Amino acid sequence: MMAGAAIPARQPTDWHSDAMQSRIRARYRAEKRFRAYGLFAVLLSAGFLVFLLVTMVANGARGFTQTEISVPVNFAASDLFLQPGDVEGDGTEAALASADIEGIVNAAAIEAYGEDGAELISNGAWIRVRDAIATNPDMLLGQERFWLQASTELDFGSRGDMGDARSARPERQAMVARWDGLDEAGQVRRAFSWTFLTSSDSSDPTLVGIWGALKGSLLTMIVTLILAFPIGVLAAVYLEEYAPQNRWTDMIEVSINNLAAVPSIIFGLLGLAIFINMFGLPRSAALVGGLTLALMTMPVIVIAGRNAIKSVPPSIRDAALGIGASKVQVLAHHVLPLSLPGILTGTIIGMSRALGETAPLLLIGMRAFVATPPGDFTDPATALPVQIFLWSDELDPGFVEKTSAAIIVLLLFLLAMNGVAIWLRNKYEQRW
Amino acid sequence: MNNVGKNMNDVIPSPVGREAPKDSVIAQETLKMKARNVDVFYADKQAIDDVSIDVGLENVVAFIGPSGCGKSTFLRCLNRMNDTIPIAKVTGEITLDGEDIYASDMDVVQLRARVGMVFQKPNPFPKSIFENVAYGPRIHGLAASKLDMDAIVEKSLRRAGLWEEVKDRLQDSGTALSGGQQQRLCIARAIAVDPEGILMDEPCSALDPIATAKIEELIHELRGRYAIVIVTHNMQQAARVSQRTAFFHLGTLVEYGDTSDLFTNPREERTKDYITGRYG
Repeated sequence: MMAGAAIPARQPTDWHSDAMQSRIRARYRAEKRFRAYGLFAVLLSAGFLVFLLVTMVANGARGFTQTEISVPVNFAASDLFLQPGDVEGDGTEAALASADIEGIVNAAAIEAYGEDGAELISNGAWIRVRDAIATNPDMLLGQERFWLQASTELDFGSRGDMGDARSARPERQAMVARWDGLDEAGQVRRAFSWTFLTSSDSSDPTLVGIWGALKGSLLTMIVTLILAFPIGVLAAVYLEEYAPQNRWTDMIEVSINNLAAVPSIIFGLLGLAIFINMFGLPRSAALVGGLTLALMTMPVIVIAGRNAIKSVPPSIRDAALGIGASKVQVLAHHVLPLSLPGILTGTIIGMSRALGETAPLLLIGMRAFVATPPGDFTDPATALPVQIFLWSDELDPGFVEKTSAAIIVLLLFLLAMNGVAIWLRNKYEQRW
Repeated sequence: MNNVGKNMNDVIPSPVGREAPKDSVIAQETLKMKARNVDVFYADKQAIDDVSIDVGLENVVAFIGPSGCGKSTFLRCLNRMNDTIPIAKVTGEITLDGEDIYASDMDVVQLRARVGMVFQKPNPFPKSIFENVAYGPRIHGLAASKLDMDAIVEKSLRRAGLWEEVKDRLQDSGTALSGGQQQRLCIARAIAVDPEGILMDEPCSALDPIATAKIEELIHELRGRYAIVIVTHNMQQAARVSQRTAFFHLGTLVEYGDTSDLFTNPREERTKDYITGRYG
């Protein structure tokens, strides 16, 4: 305190003065307001999430089912030159391929439902009849009633008047009337669609399935995980534990941080240039997709891994070093197990992002129309998000509900993947 | 500073006119560790200046001194824990049983098993009590069988005075024990690898008086079997547990002598100031 400066004597603080009381009230108000902001933010995001899920489920649930129409097929009376003996053993495929099953199914539909009968069933409905013959050839001797996929037109008829411009068209209104008649007669039904879960892409929305894309995503994720996880963890360990502090390691660190922020489409170009053009790996393959996504996922795992390793208390390292553990033993026995939860969190984030990634896969050709599920890592494949993208682009309105259903499958896949990772993380979570 | 530590024969004289305490000079057969002219640098800053000290089996050595005087730094030189700090540089000579521990053919990993360490804050592994003790013997291959391991763990816990308290819950987490128990667990962990020396870096500073008393008692029991060096801020503790005391100040060893002498009859003015509470 400066000598000589006249400092007025300080008054004793009156903790009960009005000014003090109003200050306290203002503080409480600020507290309440702040809490309300937080609550509002939480409710808003929860609201969006609920809205998203409800819309998806409402739209997509229909995609898991299909409209079916009952068609009696009289094989005995038809001109299908096929005997039960023909479809046994090695000749089955050829015999079924040469027989005009589609023709007799269409004929049966016309016979059952009149002139436009063939338009009520899906173009691919006969495949179901073919498969049934293959499993039970004896049905060729008599008559059999099939539930076949209805055509998109009839399916829309089943929805009634939806109040949009399309529903106002005369042919649509005729179809609605048609459906009502069939429904009353018990000749149509809505059934769970195994086709959707077991088959692949098709140009006909009544025949599409998600299995091909699901398997493609699965194979891609396996490649990504196998590459990105060990490489990411090893890189994190090296950078954190062994690398000398110099300009080079600084540069590597900056590069990795930047890599994590690079737009994913760039990785697609990189994958195209390196894996396909330079190394000559097959186009559209899950292997290339996995490699490309691994490039994208690795930096995320490296960054999360380094943070996790850094957060292991130094006292644990000291303890292990102090009883003569070597550096590798300290790492393998203590540091890595303790940082595993953090590493797994990073892996979850990276893999979730990779699973939902579309752009890089488009560039390496995984947007091709693939009608058979990939058999291995080098077969042409597509992935769930790409499939969703492709279907959402289709003109046929039958694809709308299939797109939503595919989104639900993607979300469930994501949930399952994260569930496993979280389970693993909790299993290894240690407290100290 | 007058280089008290330069020549050990000067440092450990029998004070004239007084009867020399029995353990005034460390007998050759119990001499374990020897440090000569040790300097430690952190980058350009000198943390330890020309320290020489002998540590024997029969004498617990206490390092005392104000914060930042270098006593912990010097302690960590004795089992090369300073190696983990990239900028630390140690010169001079430190030997364990006559072997230079900074020689290029000295295996650091083995050295740290031979000279164990107990830290300021109890740091059990987040594993079971059994695993905490068994870890060292396991990585060094000291147990031939499961039975062997059980025996080592029991013996180490008994020697650390913890067996009776934990024998029924060996599978519980080591971190669930109380602070004092954790510290004794850490001592058991160090003992389990059958070391020759144990370095304790303020082992009681995070403990209550009862737990502290137990650790001090334990140090008494371990004396003679292991060469023990303890760093402490607590001068009463130094007086209670040690036979010889080294007083560090500003990186130099000011005075090193029998504990009883140093506390009752310090030769250096600075020692006297410190132990009478004038600074530090």
